[in-house]
Amino acid sequence: MNDFSFAMLMPMMPELFLAVSGMLLLVLGVFHGDKSSSAIGWLCVLAFAVTTSLLLQNSWVETKVLNGMFVMDQFAGVLKLLILAGLMVSVALSIRYIEDEKMARFEYPLLILFSGLGMMLMVSANDLLSLYMGLELQSLALYVLASIRRDNVKSSEAGLKYFVLGAISSGMLLFGASLVYGYTGSTNFIVIGDTLAAGLSVGALIGMVFLLAGIAFKISAVPFHMWTPDVYEGAPTSVTAFFALVPKLAALGLLIRVLFEAFPTAAMQWSQIITILSALSMGVGAFAALQQDNIKRLLAYSSIGNMGFALVGLAAASPEGAASILVYMTIYMVMTAGTFGVVLSMRRNGVALENISDLSGLSRNCPSSAYALAILMFSMSGIPPLAGFFGKFMVFKAAVGAEMYGLAVFGILTSVVAAYYYLRIIKVMFFDEPVPVFEKGAPFVRRLVVGLSVLFVLVFVLNPSPLVSISRDAVSVFFNG
Amino acid sequence: MLNHILSLQIFLPLLGVLLILAIPKLSDNGARWIALIVTTAVFGVSLCMMGQYQTGMADLQFVEKSTWFPALNLQYHVGVDGISVYFVLLSTFLTPICIVSCWHAIEKRVKEFMIAFLVLETFMVGTFCALDSILFYVFFEGVLIPMFIIIGVWGGARRVYSAFKFFLYTLLGSVLMLIALLYLYMQTGTTDITLMADNNLDLNVQIWLWLAFFASFAVKMPMWPVHTWLPDAHVEAPTAGSVILAGVLLKMGGYGFLRFSLPILPDASAYFADMVFWLSVVAIIYTALVALVQEDMKKLIAYSSVSHMGFVTLGIFTGTQQGVDGAMFQMLSHGIISAALFLCVGVVYDRLHTREISRYGGLVKNMPRYATVFMVLMLGSVGLPGTSGFVGEFMTLMGSFQVNTYVAVFATTGVVFGAAYMLVLYRRVIFGQQKNADAAAMPDLTRMEFAYLVPLAVMAILFGIAPGLVMKNISPSVSNLIQIYQYNKTPDAPLRLSAVKAQTIEGNHHE
Repeated sequence: MNDFSFAMLMPMMPELFLAVSGMLLLVLGVFHGDKSSSAIGWLCVLAFAVTTSLLLQNSWVETKVLNGMFVMDQFAGVLKLLILAGLMVSVALSIRYIEDEKMARFEYPLLILFSGLGMMLMVSANDLLSLYMGLELQSLALYVLASIRRDNVKSSEAGLKYFVLGAISSGMLLFGASLVYGYTGSTNFIVIGDTLAAGLSVGALIGMVFLLAGIAFKISAVPFHMWTPDVYEGAPTSVTAFFALVPKLAALGLLIRVLFEAFPTAAMQWSQIITILSALSMGVGAFAALQQDNIKRLLAYSSIGNMGFALVGLAAASPEGAASILVYMTIYMVMTAGTFGVVLSMRRNGVALENISDLSGLSRNCPSSAYALAILMFSMSGIPPLAGFFGKFMVFKAAVGAEMYGLAVFGILTSVVAAYYYLRIIKVMFFDEPVPVFEKGAPFVRRLVVGLSVLFVLVFVLNPSPLVSISRDAVSVFFNG
Repeated sequence: MLNHILSLQIFLPLLGVLLILAIPKLSDNGARWIALIVTTAVFGVSLCMMGQYQTGMADLQFVEKSTWFPALNLQYHVGVDGISVYFVLLSTFLTPICIVSCWHAIEKRVKEFMIAFLVLETFMVGTFCALDSILFYVFFEGVLIPMFIIIGVWGGARRVYSAFKFFLYTLLGSVLMLIALLYLYMQTGTTDITLMADNNLDLNVQIWLWLAFFASFAVKMPMWPVHTWLPDAHVEAPTAGSVILAGVLLKMGGYGFLRFSLPILPDASAYFADMVFWLSVVAIIYTALVALVQEDMKKLIAYSSVSHMGFVTLGIFTGTQQGVDGAMFQMLSHGIISAALFLCVGVVYDRLHTREISRYGGLVKNMPRYATVFMVLMLGSVGLPGTSGFVGEFMTLMGSFQVNTYVAVFATTGVVFGAAYMLVLYRRVIFGQQKNADAAAMPDLTRMEFAYLVPLAVMAILFGIAPGLVMKNISPSVSNLIQIYQYNKTPDAPLRLSAVKAQTIEGNHHE
């Protein structure tokens, strides 16, 4: 165990590379100042690309390093791929936006990079300590990102709110972790799982509940969702896009691993908690969004609702359910990327717009983005044959398979309510009278992201199988023995 | 080609969509022509399919099966039998007519309109061909997207309200069906509609599933009291939208009952038959009375549709050969006649831009040809012997008479009311004084309008005097369905029914 060699760190290679390149870019940024922000942005994208290729070359067979703190397996691999894709898209979408908004600072892409590093560590965490470290690395970067426009009241407020509430949730998480450690004698997921298999103790269960509460905050599940609308609205839109795309995926990945590795024997207990979180999230997400006029707030509630749908899969506590979450989140991520691609292009006279009414008559002013957004909204509301339907289909199939009919019926009914506000966006674009046109000249990357996302949504129906198979393979690590 | 004749009909319209999208700087007329040519070609393929259809065979024909979603064992499985083949034909027949009918009526965003219609055709044909339940659901619900756009963009003054109402009503119904389909999938391990009937579901379970399906199909049908979206949608939709809505989309509900409720959930179907009977009777009488007092032509025909669909649900749940045959025939006949009636309304609407009945009058003087065609269709809708409307109503009534005399008696009075409102409509629009100069100055049917209305009127008469033309293909499949239904319906259903009642009584005691 003491014979340390770098070869043992091979499974961590992508993370190490990302960390080192992040630091190098930081040095570069310090020397060249804010004018280098777009160059650093593209270099970050390049770093993500290289990390992705390193990840793909890495072996995805389950290996543990650092005394079992860090695990690399199929599940972590798939999630990291998704995270890296989300990071690339987030940075690529931001570069032009932060220039337009005159907030181009070289720290911006780097903060995304470091939070991404935290996420990659999160999904590989196999120990409560590495879990916490990954989570905090991610969160601290996110707090700063939310308030990156420090001269703007809303942005600072968003950052502060996020930070204070995030700190409370971290506290809960740590308290839960200490309870679990106290009652099981270990911070390692596997050991915790084995100990609890011998007998569930109330203390460990209470610890688990606190852990869940902490993580529920990160994925903005109701009743831990209060920060989401304010942060989404206050943060610059490009940051909101990033918040919507990646962090929740990582937190969900973490949640899945904790629950299935450390607490499989308490499945009955946590399934109840997740059921309630899920039902509340779907309900609040659907009803609260009805009244929103700001598209970012609307998308915030929509993301709360979507987390609820994803949690339906987790509540099923079955392999099928776990796989369905990955399917759901992948599809959701693609749709969100496209949606924010359009929202980022909403500007007039050099000012970014955020109201739904600003989209009025978009179908006549800019048909291509109107159609793209319409298709994405139909998909978000889960209408077949678009991709969004299959996400919902998978999670509800898992719920029905686990005989959770009440949750399935409730969830699918809230999806009808949610359909109303997605349709409202379509209505504004297509049925209302046009208002002055947006500025022309959306950058190529943004159009590419929107285009790819729409294409995915449209053609997913032709071959939905691979994504499901990959997700099943990924979660199989938790269920094979 | 014969092996893929159904896929050809499903996906050919999408080719049209790609063409419209791919050709740069396509003129509006170009889009119209592409849509017309493609949909006519699809109709041609449908006719070829009819030519190859083997009469007298109850089984599914032109079956195609290939993997679609292997991870979940879902298949691209399509095929038609006597129950679905005419709906396919109806869809492909009405679509080109719709496109011709709105040649001049739709002036803005023509390309988008044509794309929406082509996509709609894909979904409609797909719904009637699909034999995998999830595939069916995908097509069935996909219809909402183009229809929402059609009503919302090209509709009348209250189009936004109507489009939302249409979308949310139907969505609410269908999502419950999705849960039921998932449950059936879990229980039977298959999504194949033809294999799902082979289940041993308990009556208690069947009841819940049946209600979930009912939520979907009853809204789509629409049955009283969930019909309120239909008048709104019809009134606000552009003519072509109303035609498809009345001609094809309403039939999806009836088709669903025949494909899912009867064969897969026979016990529950028998259990709920009485409820459906009475809902149907209410629909037949009540909505006929409502139609009587309408001032808007489209609304009147919309309510008449609800009333006519009442006969369909009545016929289906009799579970007898005549009843179901009659329901099938009624659906086809209504598909032709009500579609044609909406086209007739569209004709005068295009000229005067109002649907108010009182704005018209005495049209027989300046529009004699219109009056003639309208008369044939009106009489068809009334159910005059010799028109297709009569055959359907007569057979469903005969079927229901065998099962429940009271229901048959009440339903028959609906025929009288049906005559009342249609005749009143006809008198007020066609006969009487020419009160308004602009209405009196309207020109008669153009050659194009004549060309698409006459075939529909001819078919209304043809099927009225020779119903055997279609019944010969429908009946074998229906009798097959009835056999499955009667066989699967457990002989001791009444016993189990009483057991359920005993249970609930027991449950009440416990409380």
